[in-house]
Parts: sequence; structure tokens; C-alpha cells
Amino acid sequence: MTTDELIWRISGGSGDGVDSTSQNFTKALMRSGLHVFTHRHYPSRIRGGHTYVEVRASAEPVASRGDGFNVLLTLGDSFARNTDEDAVYGNEAIKPLSENLDELRDGGIIVFDSGQVDIEEVPNFEERAEEHDWQVFPVDLRGIAKEHGREIMRNTAGVGATAALIDMDLDPVEDLMAEAMSGDILEANLDVLEDAHDHVTEEFDTDTGLSVPQGEHDEEQVLLSGSHGISYGAIDEGCRFISGYPMTPWTDVFTIMSQELEEMGGIAEQVEDEIAAAAAAIGASHAGAKAMSGSSGGGFALMSEPLGLAEMTETPLVLVESMRAGPSTGMPTKTEQADLEHVLYTSQGDHSRLAFAPGDPVEAYEQTRKAFELAWKYQMPAIVIYDSKLAGEYRSVPKSAFDQEPNPDLGSTLTEDELADAPHDDTGRFQRFQHDVEDDVSPRSLPGQENGRFLATGNEHWPNGQIAEDTTNRVNQVDRRLGKLSSVRDDLNAMEESFQSHWGTEDAEIGVLTWGSTQDSVEEAVENLAATGRPVAGLGVSEIAPFPEAEIVEFVESVDEVMIVEMNASAQFRGLLQKELGAYGQKISSLLKYNGEPFRAGEIEEAIEIELNGGGEPTAQVTLRPATGD
Amino acid sequence: MTAFNATGSESDVERDEYTPEIEPQATWCPGCGDFAVLKALKGALAELGKDPEEILLVSGIGCSSKINSYFDSYGFHSIHGRPLPIARSANLANPDLEVVAAGGDGDGYGIGGNHFTHSARENHDMTYIVFNNEVFGLTKGQSSPTSPKGHTSKTQKKGVAKDPVRPLSLGLSAGASYIARTAAVNPRQAQDILVEAIQHDGFSHVDFLTQCPTWNKDARQYVPYVDVQDSEDYDFDITDRGEAFEMMYETENALYEGTVLTGRYYRDEERRTYREEKQMRGEMPDDPLVERYFDEDYEWERSYDLLDRHA
Ligand SMILES: Cc1ncc(C[n+]2csc(CCOP(=O)(O)OP(=O)(O)O)c2C)c(N)n1
Ligand code: SF4
Repeated sequence: MTTDELIWRISGGSGDGVDSTSQNFTKALMRSGLHVFTHRHYPSRIRGGHTYVEVRASAEPVASRGDGFNVLLTLGDSFARNTDEDAVYGNEAIKPLSENLDELRDGGIIVFDSGQVDIEEVPNFEERAEEHDWQVFPVDLRGIAKEHGREIMRNTAGVGATAALIDMDLDPVEDLMAEAMSGDILEANLDVLEDAHDHVTEEFDTDTGLSVPQGEHDEEQVLLSGSHGISYGAIDEGCRFISGYPMTPWTDVFTIMSQELEEMGGIAEQVEDEIAAAAAAIGASHAGAKAMSGSSGGGFALMSEPLGLAEMTETPLVLVESMRAGPSTGMPTKTEQADLEHVLYTSQGDHSRLAFAPGDPVEAYEQTRKAFELAWKYQMPAIVIYDSKLAGEYRSVPKSAFDQEPNPDLGSTLTEDELADAPHDDTGRFQRFQHDVEDDVSPRSLPGQENGRFLATGNEHWPNGQIAEDTTNRVNQVDRRLGKLSSVRDDLNAMEESFQSHWGTEDAEIGVLTWGSTQDSVEEAVENLAATGRPVAGLGVSEIAPFPEAEIVEFVESVDEVMIVEMNASAQFRGLLQKELGAYGQKISSLLKYNGEPFRAGEIEEAIEIELNGGGEPTAQVTLRPATGD
Repeated sequence: MTAFNATGSESDVERDEYTPEIEPQATWCPGCGDFAVLKALKGALAELGKDPEEILLVSGIGCSSKINSYFDSYGFHSIHGRPLPIARSANLANPDLEVVAAGGDGDGYGIGGNHFTHSARENHDMTYIVFNNEVFGLTKGQSSPTSPKGHTSKTQKKGVAKDPVRPLSLGLSAGASYIARTAAVNPRQAQDILVEAIQHDGFSHVDFLTQCPTWNKDARQYVPYVDVQDSEDYDFDITDRGEAFEMMYETENALYEGTVLTGRYYRDEERRTYREEKQMRGEMPDDPLVERYFDEDYEWERSYDLLDRHA
């Protein structure tokens, strides 16, 4: 951890406004010149239950939640709202204060709502506070809120109170409030904010030793989640049709896209189920629109057959798979990276599909664009796979990273003029699926175009689209469809900017390999260790299919030992790597975490230290030892 | 039983426009009722003067869904039960297409029942033809959602214990705005009904009784049939939902008692199509979405402008 950072956690019950309050607080910090990152923890329920958001702010760019936190704001107890006792919210055993003490750093600040939380109920609170030097500030947030407005404004009081203890300028917070509300509500909120701030300043010694870091941005920043990255990438790439069915956390992209597309004269369709969602995207794409759909694991399972249909009919399409902890309904709001095999192998037959696994909002943007571009150029489905973690984390990223020209190009789709000169058979039928084409891509026509009539079918077919079971034709068609994958690989390899990320030292002994959203924690761990002279390097993989063999082989060969870090129990990326490379078994071990929480950088650092210097098992994870043979 | 040649012998030049010049693989059995649907569809589209290039015929999987192989237009032979979501979104993306979806009773009322219900409810402007032969043809004769109670096959040895679905009533309660039943034995009526169905603005559901001589030998070949519009015995207002419903109910009961009633059952000219509903709400572009991709002057909105909200 860098010393010049602050990690603030706000906790409460679902429905207490934790999300919106933290969003404003985070934006205020960003506007004051800091880099910010938020981590969201929430239960699968609408009211009650324990939820928190952690905000990390630093003068340096931050890409992960960090380790522990140093300011805790506890809004209250989620049952407090149940005054009429006509409904039970939450679970007696789970209290926003006691639930949140474990990772509070020594010397940290606790601000709690004395109007709602009874400190006596927290087991061993006094002793623990003393042991860890915690600075405790009971403030009647509910009382202050009630005095100026309504009880619900106690989150605003909480922000005012903590701001006084960390020397935080209230101006950006007030500006944001003014942007979001007006009239009496705004006035009341401003009063609550200031009153809580003044109250703390008068009642307590505010010299806590902790303060908001000072920073200044080189360029304008925006606060975005991975879901925004995906959505905005799709928009810039000319996607104007989305079909879906709600499922956490895919709903994020579905909501953003639906709202924006309606504004832009695109089409957003909430349909009856995920089979219909994928099929609808295929229909729109077949008719000529750039279309996308997506879901989370369970819904993606329903898309299995339409996915194969898109491959067989060579219909371009982008699907998003937003992972959460499975199988089945699993833990709906918890993160995991255990759908990799599901995405790569689902649906029958030999596959021609692309898969990208972005690691942050900027990558999510770039790779979604790539996914569209390649899906339309090569006429196959491309899947963007990410997880709850990346979907729900917000972080500051430079606005310039998104300044992209629109690219509505339909790839290998012919115009009517081009169709007139395109190959047709003796009967005048357009040869939609020819064999002898460049890059194995056979240009397509769109329904309604002259001279382009063809049959798209999920059955094997002749070049003109008619159903065929001829053996030679079958082999030709399979070879061509699969052959497109190596052309895509060549395309990606030839690109100036690689999507894979490299970190750490030159001649490392230990190589840490990871993919998708775990990249940021691995990056932080590797950089921290490399900075202290440890021989560690890292590779973060964001292109999954076609498999980036050359790059991975080079990395694996450059080190003595490889540790693969991923959030699942069955080492799915490691399995993929060994399937693709069929070697290096002895060199590889796994660091796995699958309790629903993302990795913290510190956990990875610990595991690397153990690999380097020996020691016991790493704390929170299971380590798979190397295989006995290749 | 009347002799019936479903493949038809009269020559019809315009119809041939929709006949592929290449010889398709023969997949339908001689005497299959599906030939009659093909013929009626070709006739109807010829009558309407539709250019094969503007027609998108989307089918599912089953014997009947192979209609695409015999019909020359843009076609999408998709997967079992899923033609409707493909067809309706193709129509939303490019409303200039004449979209027709087709499939068997297993395809549409069984595996695709959910899509049927919701497509009808949304009232997409398209035509859906269900080849109702009361049996699964392609998978060799198992009972289908429309098989009569007691129908036996290799997987229903003791006879089906379920009541058949009532397709017309189902279409009506789901919200289809044009509903008719016709039969392979009645080519003229079939063609007329398809013409109406295609012309209708909204979701047109045509339950097309077809025979499967291979697997449903005991099935009544839907003769003699009665045209409810031609018969003095039936008098109901097809624009009245209640009357239509009663008539459908009677028709569905009658079929399993050996009386084949066909004709138009319901028509709602007032109801807005799904596209129009969405347009009214400002959720649907006026222009065909696909045209934008070919329009060099089109001003594409960019995410860059959205980013300001996040600053
Ligand atoms: C998902 C799936 N399940 C099952 C099948 C096998 N299958 C193919 S056609 C068919 C039934 C066909 O019956 P129907 O839809 O009534 O059409 P018909 O062949 O009678 O025209 C079935 C079960 C399939 N192709 N896909
Ligand atoms: S099996 Fe029945 S439905 Fe299928 S082609 Fe033969 S007759 Fe027609």
C-alpha cells in the first residue's frame, strides 16, 4: 500500500442509500484531483442485509481496492428502519458496525450513527478499539438528519461528519448535490451536511492524523464501471440493437444500453427469455444491424443453442457473459471467474467463436470494440466475458482513452453493387458460403438486397446455403469456419497495441499469470514486489480465444515457475493453458479464491512470497500443486 | 376420401419465381400436407406481387421447417422452436422486409410456446404459419402438443394422457390480431387466407392443418371440411373477441370429434403493431435501422458525448 492514500468504507443496510452516497463521495474526491477506485459489496436482497462500498483515493492511479481500509462510516443498523415491526429486514446477527471491523487498519477512524447503533451490542468493541488504536466517533446522524429534513438524509450527515475528520473540502460534495437535486431537498441536504460537519468539529478533536491526499490530474478523468466500458464500446462500434432478459450482473450493461439506444434511435428489446434474447440478436444481425445480447451464467446457458446457430450460419454477433458465483443461481451478487469453460465450450460441435476478457473499464471499452469489429469482419460470435467485480467497480480513468471515432462498418458485408459481381452458381444463386476465399471469410449479403438471396441454416450447407450432407463439402465448410480463427489470431498479433498486460521485472524467477478482472490485483501485487527487488513478473491475459499461444509460451519460458491466479475452484484458465500448450505442467501452480470476494493484492503478494521463500499455505486460498507430469 | 394431390399439377408462372432452380434434396414424403402450404404461400406471395428478394422466410426445425429448401427467397432455417424471436427482430431491424415465420406444431406450440405467446402479445407485423399435422414428423411420429388425447406412438404406448393445446384460443388469448385456420385440402381458401394474413398489419397466426401420411395414418385428413364463413350454420363477428373466442372453442372441440372447421376467426384492424407502439413512445426509429450502415452521411452518436455525465 502507498502511504499517500485513503480508503473509506461506508456500510449500512441495502436500501440505505449506500450506493448513491458513495458515488457522490467518490466523484467529489475525483474532482478534487485524486484517482479513485470503488469496490461494492452487496447481498442478494432489496431491503436490509449488509452492504458496503469501499472507496480508495490516491494521488497516484489506483487500479484495485487495496488492502484493508482506514475510515469506516456506519450508517446504522438495517433493522432500525423497521420501527413498526411489520416486516423483518436483515438478520439479527449481521450488524453494519460489527461486520465491518475486521479489515479496518490500525489507527483507523470509526464514525457510527449513535442514533441507531448501540455500541454495547458489538462484541468486545472496547478491547478491539484499544488494541488497534481505532479512533471512535459516535455521532447522532439520524438526529441531525431529522432536525433539518428527513431521517433518510443521515447518509449526508455521515459524509459531513467524516469530512471533518479527514480534512476534506466540502465544496465538490456540495456541487454534486446541486447537480443532482434542487429546491427544498437540496437546501435540507446542504444544511444536514454542514451541520454534521460543524457538530463534529465542535464536539471532537478532529486531529486524527488521517487526511485526504492532495493530488492533481494531468488530464480530465471520468468515473466509470466495466459495464460502462462495454456499453460505450458497443455504442462507438455502431451497435444499435440489444436484446436481453434481466440477470445480475448483466443487467448493468442491459440497462445502460437500453437507455442510451432509445435516445439514439436504436432498438432495445427486453424479451421473454435468454434463448429469445440471443435469437433476437441473431435475427437483427442477419437483417443487417450491429446487434448484441448477453447474460450471466444461467442465462448464458440458455443461449447455448443460438450461439451454435450463429457459428453455423456465420452470423456476426456480440454476446456478453457477466459472471457471478455459480453453479446454478449460486451467489447472485458475488463475484467469480468460473464460467470460462462454459463460455469456451458450450454448445455442440466444433466451435468458431472469439472470447475477450477485459481487466478494467478502458480494456472493456477497447475489447468490446474489437469484439464487434472482428465479429463482423469474420462473421462469427464474439463473447466478452467479465464478472460482478468489474461490473460493479467504478474507477477514475482518463477521458481521452475513450475519444474514438464511430465505426459502423459492417465488415465483410457486400453492397448491392458488389453483390452483382460476387460469385453466383449456374442457377444464379449467390455463393454465400464459398470455400476458396481470402482469410476463409466469405462475404455476405443482407435480406432485401438484390442478387444476394441465400438460405442461412443451422444444418451443414453447400456454398449456396442449401442443406448438404456431402462429406467433402462438410470438411471444406468446417475447415473454413475454423480456419477463420487463425486469421483472427494473425490480425490480433499484427496489431500495434497488444491487449495483454506485462508487469514486473525483466529477469524474473516467478511469473504470475492471470486473466480478466483479476488483472488489477495481480498487477498491484507484482509491481509492489518488483519495487522491493523481488524477481517477479506478471502477464494479464485479455484475449482468450483464439488463444494467444505465442505470447504465453514466451512468458512461461522466461521464468522458472508460473503461478496462475484466478477466482474459481477448478483452475479453469490453467486447464485451458494446459490443453492448448500440453506442456510445462511441472512449472505451474495455481492460486485460487472462490469465496465470492475478489482477491486483494496483499493476498497475492503473500502467496508469491511463499513461493519465493517458502512458508506455510497462503491464508485465504487453495493452492493447486504442479501436476506430476506434462 | 377425396383424391388430393398436394403438390399441385397446374402450372403457374409467377409462382415459379419462388421455386429454386436447383433441385433441393427431397425431404418431404409423397402426399405430405406440407406441399400444400408451400403452394399456398407461393400463390399468395405471387398474388401480392412480392419480390422474392424482399421476403425473409424464417423457419424452425422439423419436416415443415424445411420449407425453405423449396422456396427461393432470403431464408433462415434456424433451430427447433426459435424462428419467432429471429423473425420479429429481423423485422424490427428492417421493416421493409416481408417477414414470414413457419414451423410445425411441435416447434411452435411445444418447444417454442413461450415465443409464440410473447410474439402474439407484442403484435409484431409478421405472419406465422404453423403446419399442424398433430404429430412430430421429423423425429418419427411421437405425439405433439396438438395430438388428440390417447394418441399412441413409440414413446406414448398407452396413449397420450394430456389434452391437446387449443392453438386458436391460445393465439387469441395471447394477443394475435389476425387468426385463421385453413387446411391442406382447401388450396383456394388457404391461399386467400395467407394473402390476408400477409397483408394484415400485426401478428397473423395461421394454423394450417396438414396431413402426415407417414406417421399419422389414422389422422383424419381434414375432409370433409367446413368453411365457417361459407356455412349457414355459423354466424359470428370476427372483429368481436368474445364471439371469436366462442367460435374457436367450438372449432377446437369439433376437430377432435371429427368435424373440420376452417376459416377466418379473428381480425383486429385497430390494434397498433408493436413497432407503432414503440414508435409512439419514442423507442423505435422511423427509418430502417440497417439503412444507416450504408448511409455515408449518417451522423453516428458517440459515447464520447455520454462521458461528460461521468466527469
Ligand atoms: C432442441 C431440440 N430438441 C429436439 C430436436 C429434435 N426435433 C427435431 S424436429 C422435432 C419435432 C418436429 O415436430 P413438428 O415441429 O411438429 O414438425 P413436423 O416435423 O411435424 O413438421 C424434434 C423434436 C431438435 N432438433 N432440437
Ligand atoms: S414425415 Fe410426415 S410431416 Fe414429415 S415429410 Fe413425411 S409426411 Fe410430411
